[in-house]
Amino acid sequence: MTAMTDAVAAETVLDIQDLRVTFQTNDGPVAAVRGVDISVSKGETVAIVGESGSGKSQTMMAAMGLLSDNGRAEGRVLYRGEDILGLPLKRLNKVRGARITMIFQEPMTSLDPLYTIERQLCEPMIEHGGLGRKAAAARALDLLKLVGIPAPEDKIKAYPYELSGGQRQRVMIAMALANDPDVLIADEPTTALDVTTQAQILDLLADLQKRIGIAVVFITHDLGIVRRIADRVVVMKDGEVVETGQTAKIFDRPAHPYTRMLLDAEPEGEKPPVGEDKPIVIDGQKVGVSFAIPRGFMKPPALFHAVEDVSLVVREGQTLGIVGESGSGKSTLGRALLQLLPHSGRVHFDGKDISNAGKQVMRPLRRQMQLVFQDPFGSLSPRMTVGQVVTEGLLVHEPGLSAGERDRRACQVLEEVSLDPAMRNRYPHEFSGGQRQRIAIARTMVLKPRLVVLDEPTSALDRTVQKQIVELLRGLQAEHRLTYVFISHDLAVVRALADTVVVMKTGKVVEAGPTAAIFEAPRDPYTRDLIAAAALEPMHGRVVDA
Amino acid sequence: MLGYVLRRLFTAIPTLFFIVTGAFFLIRVAPGGPFNLERPLEAKVMENLNKIYHLDKPLWEQYLYYLGNLMRGDFGPSFVYRDFSVSELFASGLPVSVQIGASALVLALVFGTLLGVAAALRQNQPADYGVVGLATLGITIPTFVIAPLLSLVFGVWLGWLPAGGWGDGAFANKVLPVVTLALPQIAVVTRLTRGAMIEAMRSHHIRTARAYGLKPWTVVVVHALRSAILPVVSYSGPAAAALLTGSVVVETIFGIPGIGRYFVQAALNRDYTLVMGTVIVIAIFIIIFNLVVDLLYALIDPRVRLG
Repeated sequence: MTAMTDAVAAETVLDIQDLRVTFQTNDGPVAAVRGVDISVSKGETVAIVGESGSGKSQTMMAAMGLLSDNGRAEGRVLYRGEDILGLPLKRLNKVRGARITMIFQEPMTSLDPLYTIERQLCEPMIEHGGLGRKAAAARALDLLKLVGIPAPEDKIKAYPYELSGGQRQRVMIAMALANDPDVLIADEPTTALDVTTQAQILDLLADLQKRIGIAVVFITHDLGIVRRIADRVVVMKDGEVVETGQTAKIFDRPAHPYTRMLLDAEPEGEKPPVGEDKPIVIDGQKVGVSFAIPRGFMKPPALFHAVEDVSLVVREGQTLGIVGESGSGKSTLGRALLQLLPHSGRVHFDGKDISNAGKQVMRPLRRQMQLVFQDPFGSLSPRMTVGQVVTEGLLVHEPGLSAGERDRRACQVLEEVSLDPAMRNRYPHEFSGGQRQRIAIARTMVLKPRLVVLDEPTSALDRTVQKQIVELLRGLQAEHRLTYVFISHDLAVVRALADTVVVMKTGKVVEAGPTAAIFEAPRDPYTRDLIAAAALEPMHGRVVDA
Repeated sequence: MLGYVLRRLFTAIPTLFFIVTGAFFLIRVAPGGPFNLERPLEAKVMENLNKIYHLDKPLWEQYLYYLGNLMRGDFGPSFVYRDFSVSELFASGLPVSVQIGASALVLALVFGTLLGVAAALRQNQPADYGVVGLATLGITIPTFVIAPLLSLVFGVWLGWLPAGGWGDGAFANKVLPVVTLALPQIAVVTRLTRGAMIEAMRSHHIRTARAYGLKPWTVVVVHALRSAILPVVSYSGPAAAALLTGSVVVETIFGIPGIGRYFVQAALNRDYTLVMGTVIVIAIFIIIFNLVVDLLYALIDPRVRLG
């Protein structure tokens, strides 16, 4: 997008002045937004960046009157000179959905699952545009064509669950454009999407903006996106604006240390190679996993091949990166390697054939083969203290251990993942996402495993926290000669951690090889798409000391 | 859809068969028999009675005989209500119970949903606390307390309504029993609706609806209530089966000739055929209403596939 001209800058459409948001909680009032000023001019793209908890979403939610019941907003939110904060609902609803529209982070749940796309697209048009049902339906179809939904004539009659995440986000964009608004507020609209889908959605937004000329407020934590689309950047931290300026200026000459830290958070470095003489830890030959899909009464089930004929070898101390989009079968493959799913083909662990081995065989091996999950919120029991969570595995694998000894081990391992051992008596909900992921890692490390399968361990975390987790994983690997299978859709993280990379698409391997070769000279067009979509910074060519 | 309904009804046959078999042997295991009275009958009389009602045959023969009659739609004679067959008892009692029960169900669904939605929209405000408090009260006070209280206040003291009796189905006679039956159900439906509604109002698609400036009615009723009603639908299946087959307490206190009384009386009197009859009627109601609930579910939520 081009930088805006001064003539355009004169016309301010949205002007947020000294906005403050307070939430009434059980622990007293919490100030989430503390005196924020943001102005948006006609046709301009303003990015609000900051980490989770910086108040960037709440600022816009407050402006739109969408705070939860315990939230209160003060200050002024001027839309073309009219203060819309605290407007009576009837008057406010003349602006919301008509002049200012929103798209949200959660494309999977932002549409009502019980109504068709057509019905939901038409509602705001009938409400604000005064269109009849027929006219609205015709316009809805045009909008779906505009946002590039395949087979729009069929999709318009579909329910949200019949659409993919990217398609649903396109529907949301269509809905946002329906009444020709002045301002579009996009709250992390691509965060929940695959990289290639993400790139498509961003291109679509940029293209539409050029054609229609609406102002866009883009809330995101991803600086790669900001650089690509924003005219101006507002950096927020702890409910305050710490820096604001033209995109180029923010990226080239950041003034505030926090901005510099955000910019510096891209995972860097690459992994020092491991010698070919090291023993092979896990060796999969033609591994396949298929699921039976019931087709109804008395019919034979259909077979869905989630993973087909994947072969891989990982040596001690190596990291294998498995990349691919959601649905590519990468997590399923990880689970099959750990014998958590029945599979075809052969899997050897430390030279021993463990293909579809029974519980008896696997139990002693389990402690050497561990798994870390993506969701640091869902994967820790909320009713156990961190100390209990971390040492639970010891109850199974070293039942003879005394309570005191287990406690000592808990302290030790928490220190190893840079958490204060004094916190071991707290419960998981008292920790941040990054800390919880450290706890999940500690839980596996306490068993001193040889192989750890990490299933998107950094995907739910802020970039700066991601970087710390990457450093932690690196340190643990070097110290304990760990072998990692690292499953991720985040190419930047994979590039920083992996020795070899396997690129998967619809259950098959499309390309495999050493990390540098894959990233610098990808052969398969799909790999090239993935890398282009991720918009990685060029390699620094720096090797981290092991 | 039709295929699904037929298939479900077809699979109900073995279910019913197991229920009939189980109930038949269970009631026979209970000590005593239909003719064990306080003043024992003469041996000769007893022998004759047993012969007439085939109680002198081995149990398996009685079972086959009962099944055979059942196939022809014959529930057999009542052992205690002499001169009446079980079918005749149901023919007169079931319509009464269904009338009372259905009215109570409609009342409960209408008021429960309204109160639940009203409370959810005013969460943690005095009105909400009031509704939740009343609902809790409604669930905790048993019908055998409410029924005589209502009868006393409206029937005896105020004299607005008959204190009891059926009066050949006059409207005034139905009011108190229906209200008594409905009150606890209103309480349950209110709580269910309130909980589901609070959750629905917090969901992302409701945020979308609000962000797009839709009218409060559209947001609340069209979008939120449609998903919030699902738990109420699942609850109303078994609730309907229970209400429509009559209530012992209400029928006894208000003196209503429904079938709810038969279940308890017949079991106490070892009226074998009447017990079996009630068990079968209740089982059929439960099977039918579960089917209705599943169909409603699929109608409300397009993601549910029947099959």
